[in-house]
Amino acid sequence: MYPAQFDYRRAGSVDEALGLLQEHEDAKLMAGGHSLIPMMKLRLAQPPVVIDIGRLDELKGIAEAGGSVRVGSLTTHADIAASDVLAAHCPVLAEAAGHIGDAQVRNRGTIGGNIAHADPGSDIPPVLVLLGASVHLQSPSGTRSVAAGDFFQDLLMTDVGEDEILTHVDVPALGAGTGSAYLKFEHPASGYAVVGAAASVTVQNGRCTAAGLVVGGVGAVPTAVDVSSLVGTDLSDDAIAAAASGLDAEDPIGDIFASGDYRVHVGKVYGKRALAAARDRA
Amino acid sequence: MARVLGTSIKRREDPALITGRGKYTDDLQAAGMAHAAIVRSPYAHARIRGIDTSAAEALPGVLAVLTARDVAAAGIPGVVPVGWLLPDLKTPAHPMIAADTVRHVGDAVAVVVAEDRYLARDAAERVAVDYEPLDAVADVVAALEDGAPAVHEEAPGNVAFDWEIGDSESVDAAFASAANTVELDLRNNRLIPHAIEPRAVLASFDSSTGEMTIHMTSQNPHVHRLLMTLASLGMPEHKVRIVAPEVGGGFGSKIHHYADEAIVGLCSMKLDRPVKWAATRTETNLTDAHGRDHSTHCALALDADGRITGLRVDTAAAMGAYLSTFAPAVPTYLYGTLMSGQYDIPAIHCHVTGVFTHTAPVDAYRGAGRPEATYVVERLMHLAGEATGLGPVEVRRRNFVPADAFPYQTQVALAYDSGNYGPAMDRALEMIGYDDLRTEQASRRGNGGGKLIGIGFSSYIEACGLAPSAVVGSLGAQAGQWESADVRVHPTASVTVYTGSSSHGQGHETTFSQIVADKLGIAPEAVEVIHGDTDLVQFGMGTYGSRSAAVGGSAIVKSVEKIIEKGKKIAAHLLEASAEDLEFEDGSFRVAGSPDRALALGDVALQAYLAHNYPDDLEPGLSATSFYDPANFTYPFGTHVCVVEVDTETGSIDLLRYAAVDDVGNVINPMIVDGQLHGGLAQGIGQALWENAVYDDSGQLVSGSLMDYAVPKIHNLIPFELDRTTTPCPHNPLGVKGVGEAGAIASPAAVVNAVVDALAPFGISHIDMPLTPEKVWRAVNG
Amino acid sequence: MTVSIQLEVNGKPVQATVEPRRLLVHFLREDLGLTGANIGCETSLCGACTVLVDGDAVKSCTMLAAQADGASVTTIEGLARNGDLHPLQEGFWEKHGLQCGYCTPGMILSANYLLAQNPSPSDEEIREGLKGNICRCTGYHNIVEAVKYAAERMS
Repeated sequence: MYPAQFDYRRAGSVDEALGLLQEHEDAKLMAGGHSLIPMMKLRLAQPPVVIDIGRLDELKGIAEAGGSVRVGSLTTHADIAASDVLAAHCPVLAEAAGHIGDAQVRNRGTIGGNIAHADPGSDIPPVLVLLGASVHLQSPSGTRSVAAGDFFQDLLMTDVGEDEILTHVDVPALGAGTGSAYLKFEHPASGYAVVGAAASVTVQNGRCTAAGLVVGGVGAVPTAVDVSSLVGTDLSDDAIAAAASGLDAEDPIGDIFASGDYRVHVGKVYGKRALAAARDRA
Repeated sequence: MARVLGTSIKRREDPALITGRGKYTDDLQAAGMAHAAIVRSPYAHARIRGIDTSAAEALPGVLAVLTARDVAAAGIPGVVPVGWLLPDLKTPAHPMIAADTVRHVGDAVAVVVAEDRYLARDAAERVAVDYEPLDAVADVVAALEDGAPAVHEEAPGNVAFDWEIGDSESVDAAFASAANTVELDLRNNRLIPHAIEPRAVLASFDSSTGEMTIHMTSQNPHVHRLLMTLASLGMPEHKVRIVAPEVGGGFGSKIHHYADEAIVGLCSMKLDRPVKWAATRTETNLTDAHGRDHSTHCALALDADGRITGLRVDTAAAMGAYLSTFAPAVPTYLYGTLMSGQYDIPAIHCHVTGVFTHTAPVDAYRGAGRPEATYVVERLMHLAGEATGLGPVEVRRRNFVPADAFPYQTQVALAYDSGNYGPAMDRALEMIGYDDLRTEQASRRGNGGGKLIGIGFSSYIEACGLAPSAVVGSLGAQAGQWESADVRVHPTASVTVYTGSSSHGQGHETTFSQIVADKLGIAPEAVEVIHGDTDLVQFGMGTYGSRSAAVGGSAIVKSVEKIIEKGKKIAAHLLEASAEDLEFEDGSFRVAGSPDRALALGDVALQAYLAHNYPDDLEPGLSATSFYDPANFTYPFGTHVCVVEVDTETGSIDLLRYAAVDDVGNVINPMIVDGQLHGGLAQGIGQALWENAVYDDSGQLVSGSLMDYAVPKIHNLIPFELDRTTTPCPHNPLGVKGVGEAGAIASPAAVVNAVVDALAPFGISHIDMPLTPEKVWRAVNG
Repeated sequence: MTVSIQLEVNGKPVQATVEPRRLLVHFLREDLGLTGANIGCETSLCGACTVLVDGDAVKSCTMLAAQADGASVTTIEGLARNGDLHPLQEGFWEKHGLQCGYCTPGMILSANYLLAQNPSPSDEEIREGLKGNICRCTGYHNIVEAVKYAAERMS
C-alpha cells in the first residue's frame, strides 16, 4: 500500500522525457500509472526515478488519416471506448477498451501504459494483433514502428527499449463488409480476461473473403489462430467451429481459477462465438 | 400515534455516512500519534534463528522495533487466549509475537513504530529475520495423515479436539434397515471474511494515569477488554477503555481478539504515545480469522416412504495454526446441533475432529457452523429427492417437523421453540413459478441446447442468540451470553439507551430507538442509542450470531418495563390512586376506568428527578439497567429457491432468479431486515460460486488479494425476491428471532442444488464449492 | 525529495508539499483531513477510495498526489451543496443503499460519474457502471434502487 521512495520528474515534452530516461538509470515512465502504481504499492516495483509523462498532450488523441486510425499512447481507455472515430473505423478496439477493468480504471489507464505492461489478461493486445496495428516508438536516435504481433514478446515483456517511449499506435481501418467482435471471459476477482477473443470477418456476396481470430489470456502473448479455412465459405456455424478449434497454445498459462487446458478450451469456444458475432455484424 | 414497530424508518446512522463524516478507526488522529507496521512471517512454518533490527532502528523517524523479547521484558502474559473450551481440547499457547517458531504466513515476528505510516513500512522491510523453513501442512485432510508436519507438539496428529453428538448406534440401526440411502463427500470451502474496512487499532496509553484507551475495529468492545486484561496485555480491566467507532463491517472477523491490538497497545505503553496500526487488505486477509474449511463425509437413510430414518456426519474442521477466540465452538455446538434442519429425524450422529493446520486461524464467519450444517443437510435432501423419486419439494415436505409438533426436541440437543415450515415452502414455490420453471427446464433439455436451467432449494433452520448462559457455560463458553441495556429517561422525557450490543452496519441505533419509542409511546427521535464504548456502556457481549434484536433488544424491553413499573408508582402518588389501578398506554399513565385521570410520561419523568411530590419509599430518578439472559436460542427458518442457467460448453453459471421466504419472527424495521438478508445472500452465493481461500502445499495463501479472491461484485449478482412468513418467537418479549446470518446460511445449498439440478442429465450429483466454470465443465465432460 | 502541488479540492484552492510517493488518498485523508474516501484494498479493485478528478471517477489509491497537481478534486465531503444533500446521497439514505457505510463515499461518487455519463441508466447499466466498487454488506440490491431513485430526481 505504501510505495518505496523515489524521485519524481515531470516531462514537459517527449524530448524532455527521452532526456530524463537517458539521465536516470532504471527510471520508469508513468502514463496513467494504472499498471505501475499497483506494482509500486506492493513494492514489486521500486524504481529510483519515475518520469511522469501523463501530461504530454502530443501523445493524446484519436484521429483517422489515410485508412488508419492513430491512437496516441496517452489516450485513456474511456476515450477509446467512447470514440466515434473508432466506432466508425475500428469498432472492435473500442469494444475491447470498454471491457477493461471498471469505469475508474478506464478513466486513468492508457493504451500505451496498458500495452507496455503487456499483461496476458489485458483486453487490448489481442485486438491490436488482430487488426495488424503497428506500435510506434521514439528514442533519441529516432522513431521506429513494430507490428503488434512482434511487439508482445513474452509475459510482461515487449519490444520497448530502455531508451524508448511508446508514442502511438496505428490501427488499420476495417473495410466495407467487415464485422468484428471482442468477447471476454472475465476473471471474477481481478476483472482481467481469463480469455479474450478478438475476431473479424469480411463478407462479400455472401462469401467470406477474409477472417481473423486472436485470443488473449491463453498464452503469454496473444495467440493468433489460423482461420483461413473460412475464406470462401458461407461462414456456417460448423465452419466457424472447425476454424476456431485450431487454437493451439504450446504452454498455456494457468492459475487457481482456470488451468491452461481449460483456457485453451474456452479460447476455442469464445473464438467460435466471437467469429459468429463478427459474421452477424458483417 | 403511528406504529413504529414494523415500520421502515430511515436510518439515523446514514447522514454521517453518506457525507463522509462517519469516523472509522483509521480516520482518527491523536496528538503525537505514531504509526506501527507489523513484520510478518513469509513462511507457513519456520524456526526463527535470529532477528536483526538494527537497520530498521537506524532509519531516521523510527521510534521503536519490538520483538518477542520485548513482550517478555514487559512482564505481561503476552498470549492470545481461546474463549471456548471443549473436553480434552489442546490449547497450545498463541504468543502475541512469535518467539521461536512461526506457524502460518502472517504470524507476527516484530513490530516497527515510526513517525509516518510510509516510514514504518520502509523500516519493517529492513527487519532481517533469519528463518529456518520447516515442512508445513495447510490442508485439513493432509494434516490428519500419518507423518504430517506437526503444528504444535502438544497436539499429536494435529488433533485439537475430537467431539461428537447424537447416538451412533441408533444411526447404524437406521442405515441397516434403510430402504434408501444417499451419501456424499464434500468440502466446505475456506472463506476470507473481507469486511471492507480492514482491521485497525489506535492505542493511547497515558503513563500519568496508567490508563489505556484503544479505538479499534470491534464487534464486542467489552469482550476485547476482558480478553486483553485476562491474557495478552494483562492490564487491570478498569484501566482499559475500548471504543469501537464506526466499524466497516465485521461478519465475525471483528469478534475475535487478535495479537495485533495487544501488539499496538504494547507499543503505546513502551513509547507513552498514541500508536496507530491499520492493516492493508493483504495483511488483514493473511491474519483475519477465516471461515468454514471442512471436509465431510455424510449420509442419510430413508424408509420406503421417503421418511428420513437416520443421518450420519463425520467432519474434519480446520482450526488453523492457533485456536481463535470462539473457534472450538463453531464446528461443534454451532454445527452438530443444527443437523436436524427442518426435519423430524429420529437418529442423528455427528462426529467432528478439530485440526491444526499451518494457516490463518478459522473462527466464526457469518453463520458460523450453521451454513456448514445447512449445506450438509440440504445437499443430502437434494440427493434424497432424486434417490426416492419424490423430488426436492416433496421429500422436504414429507420430512418437515409438523406444525403441531412444537416445541420439538431434536436428537442433537436443540429444542426448537416454534416453527411452521410448510407455508414458507408454499410461498417460495408460488413466487418462483415452480411448475412453469420445470416445464421450461424440460423443454431446454429436450431441444439439445447448451444452456440448461436448474432449480435448487434450501430449507434451512438457524439457531441464534446462544443461550441461556448457564447452558452455554456448561458447553465450554468462557463468557456469558446475555445482553445488557441501561435505559435512562431524562427529566424532559427524552431517552438515552446504553446497549451492550455493538453495531457495525446493522442499524441498531435506528432499530433500538424504534423499540423504545414503541414501548414508551414517544417519537423515535426522542431516543438516543449509545453503544461500542466500555467507558460509557455497562458490560455487554456485543454483536454477532444474529443476537442483537433478540437478546439486546429484549434487554431494552426489560429495562423499559421496569421504568414503566416505577413510573406507575410515581403517577399513582401524583394522581392519588393505587399503582395497581394504573395503566400505561401511548405515553400516558392512566387510572383504569377514569380516562381523565392521566399523566404524560414527561410529567412523571420530571417529578422523578424533582422528587418534590414523591412516594416516600421510592428512590428518585427514572432509569433501569437490565441483563437479559434468554431462555433458549431463537429459531428462524425459511425456504430459498435459486434458478441458474449453466452453459455446458464453458461451465459458466448465470444466476437467473433468487427467491427467499424467511421467517425471522416479528420484524422491527422491514427495510433493515431485508437489507440484512440481501447481504447474507450475496455472501452465501459468493461462497457457492466464487469465493475460495486457497493455500498451496507450502502454506502460501494464493488467493490473498482481491486479484484472486472473488468477492461478489455488483454485475455478478441479481435482484433478490424476498417475502416472509411470521411465526413469532414465543420466549422473548419482542417475538423477534434474528436475521443477520439467514441469507448466508441458506444460499450456498440453494445455489449448488440448482447447478446440480441443471446437470442431472449428465449424471452429476455433486460439485464442490466454489462452482468455478472449470469445475463445472470438467464435471460435464467426465 | 518533495514536490510542490497546487490543486482545488471541493472548490477550495490547496497548496502543499508532498513526497512523490504519497498517494492521493493519503494526501486527502491525512494531510487535508478529508477522511470520507476510504481504503479497502491495495489492488485498485474495491473502489472505496473513489473521488472525482476533473469530473472523472478515479481510484485515489492509484494516483499520486503529485499527479493531481493542477486538478480539481471532489470528495464526498464536497458533494452536498449549501447543506442540501445530493440526490444520490438522498437515494442511498432513502433506499437503504448502505449498511456499514465504508464503501459508500466511493460508491456514491462512482454513481455520480455514471449519471453524468448516462442520466437514465437501466438496471444493467447501473450494475455495469458500478463494477469498480465493492460493497460487502448490501448485496447491491438497494444500491441499484438508490441510483435509480437519484436518476429520477435528477432528470
